[in-house]
Amino acid sequence: MADVQISKKKTRFPSSQLDSLPPEMRASEEEVENIEKTYWKRTFHDMAKDWRLYIMLVPLLFFLLCWKYFPIASMVVSFKDYTAGSGFGGGVYSSAWIGFDSFIYLFKTTEFWSAFRNTFTLSFYGLVFGFPFPIILALFFSEIKNKLFLSTAQVFTYMPKFISTVVVTSLLGMLLQSSNAASNIAAGPIGYIFENAFHLTNLVSNPYAFRSIYIISGMWETAGYSSIVYFAAILGISPTNYEAARIDGANKMQQVRYVTFPGMAPTLVIMLILRMGELLTIGYEKIYLLQQLGTYGSTYQTSQTISTYVINVIMTSSSLNQGIGAAADLFNSLLSMVLVLGSNQIARKVSSTSLF
Amino acid sequence: MSKTNVSTLNVRRDHGFQRMDASEVVFKVLAYLFIGVFALLCVYPLIYSFSSAISGRVAVSEGRIVLWPQDVQWDAFNEVIHTKTFWIAYANTFFVTFFGTVYCMILSILGAYALSKKRLFGNKFFNFLLIFTMWFSAGMIPMYLNYIQTRTILSTMGISDQKWLIVIAMGMNAFNIILLRNAFQSVPKEIEEAAVVDGANDFQIMSKIYVPMSKATVATVALFYGISRWNGYFWAMKTVSNVYDMPLQVVIQGQIAYIQEQIAAGGTIEMGTYAAYSVAYAMIVCAIIPILIIYPFIQKYFAAGVNLGGVKE
Repeated sequence: MADVQISKKKTRFPSSQLDSLPPEMRASEEEVENIEKTYWKRTFHDMAKDWRLYIMLVPLLFFLLCWKYFPIASMVVSFKDYTAGSGFGGGVYSSAWIGFDSFIYLFKTTEFWSAFRNTFTLSFYGLVFGFPFPIILALFFSEIKNKLFLSTAQVFTYMPKFISTVVVTSLLGMLLQSSNAASNIAAGPIGYIFENAFHLTNLVSNPYAFRSIYIISGMWETAGYSSIVYFAAILGISPTNYEAARIDGANKMQQVRYVTFPGMAPTLVIMLILRMGELLTIGYEKIYLLQQLGTYGSTYQTSQTISTYVINVIMTSSSLNQGIGAAADLFNSLLSMVLVLGSNQIARKVSSTSLF
Repeated sequence: MSKTNVSTLNVRRDHGFQRMDASEVVFKVLAYLFIGVFALLCVYPLIYSFSSAISGRVAVSEGRIVLWPQDVQWDAFNEVIHTKTFWIAYANTFFVTFFGTVYCMILSILGAYALSKKRLFGNKFFNFLLIFTMWFSAGMIPMYLNYIQTRTILSTMGISDQKWLIVIAMGMNAFNIILLRNAFQSVPKEIEEAAVVDGANDFQIMSKIYVPMSKATVATVALFYGISRWNGYFWAMKTVSNVYDMPLQVVIQGQIAYIQEQIAAGGTIEMGTYAAYSVAYAMIVCAIIPILIIYPFIQKYFAAGVNLGGVKE
């Protein structure tokens, strides 16, 4: 009996291996304890020897603790009636518990559900239009053999990724302005086209134009940079495959269909799945800034996402409690974690590669 | 697909040319056209901004600028150069970018080196601590409360300069650390063993061997940190209360919005040589020049530094 218990208790060795041993070969309790002792002794010895590694880890752990995990702990404020305090955590821990009141309040408001829908819609459209574009770009990049042209085009197309959101949205605001908003404003080039061709004015305050503006400018910003991954995948396909397809008489479209796409399929699949996981983690900075361009609240119908709802409604007004904002945050974070982990599981199953 | 293709193959081969199917020619032309147009579209807004910034008042307010400047003047730039708040903000951003990048790189390289060592007891746990921050974020309100709390703590410690809040509390990115960790893991173990035999300790091994051997990744990560520092807007706007500590992005956002508001309200009577919008464009140009200068030098490292390789161990 004792042996069986030991083999259950042991954690260092898999119990199945111990069970398969004949009883006389199994370690007695003292022997196991000795092994345990030397294991810990060795571990402590190794740790003491590697003390420099732990020193190296300390600053990072300190950062994670203070500015990543401490805010996560502060999420309990969503179950509290927040009143600012001077104590530890700025009143988060001294506030009174109110249970799920914030969540109930939140789920009753139509604004929140509209923001929730918009979050999904915006990222869904971003996926539908933004996902294929870098692939097409990479396909065309791989076709360009002129070195100078290629490197120039790469420098140009990767660059928008590194321009700040503030500059991009300010530029958008100025390019999209239309001349009849006020008599002395000139139209920006894009605004001019829309005003004359489609009779659409004041695009930045138009809720029906918001999604297009957001997604097209997003494609402008990231397409070149996102194409790097696909470009690398295409370059990894052996040229002999193309040669064989050509000898079989495949034209270019057939080569793309039967050689390039199968060749880059693993990359495509994993990128697609990972993008699905990010459906709820949509950048708030750009949407917030785009909202500031038009007249106040004019595009909220389509532009209000969960994060901007929290910023616009809760951070800016004192009538609503911070706890309700934290409840929206918690809801959003939990759902997006489920999406990220779920998509990773699927990626692991499908292509045996995953991000985590 | 037809037999004629095969026969052309035989004929063309004699000339030593690579055979090009009609569809391939079309595709190639299409590729050059598409990439060319998209690349031009990517730089067009910047050229347009610069042209608008140096064009004359009438040309800008009549919307005559398409690509090239008209009635060139430099007074709008001159006004930006003489705006004191703009340069304070510029200096603040340089401060935040420099110290922020150095701070983040020190923490990331040290942490990534330790995390890359399998022999480190608790390696899995520490890696999990890092990766979990990519899965689950605290959200806006708790982070906001946390930054405000940090600001108070810093000011009670006597650091009233709120730029340090941005430097210390913001900008770290788990993904960058993982890029570094993966780069360190791919350095052959034998090199470390040889260095240990020569009596080098972990700090020496890291700084003399691992960092130089992962130069591409280190450069890419430094670029990522630097650019995110330079471009950082939202949290700086929400948490920095002292006007003289505001970084550039916050200031230009405010100033451009102010110019636009004034024009929309018809409040500016444009009398000078330049339109009010030219000032906004000049600010934009000034704000992106440092990035445009640095970026082409580090751009070549991207392909090497960033791969799909992922976060997995």
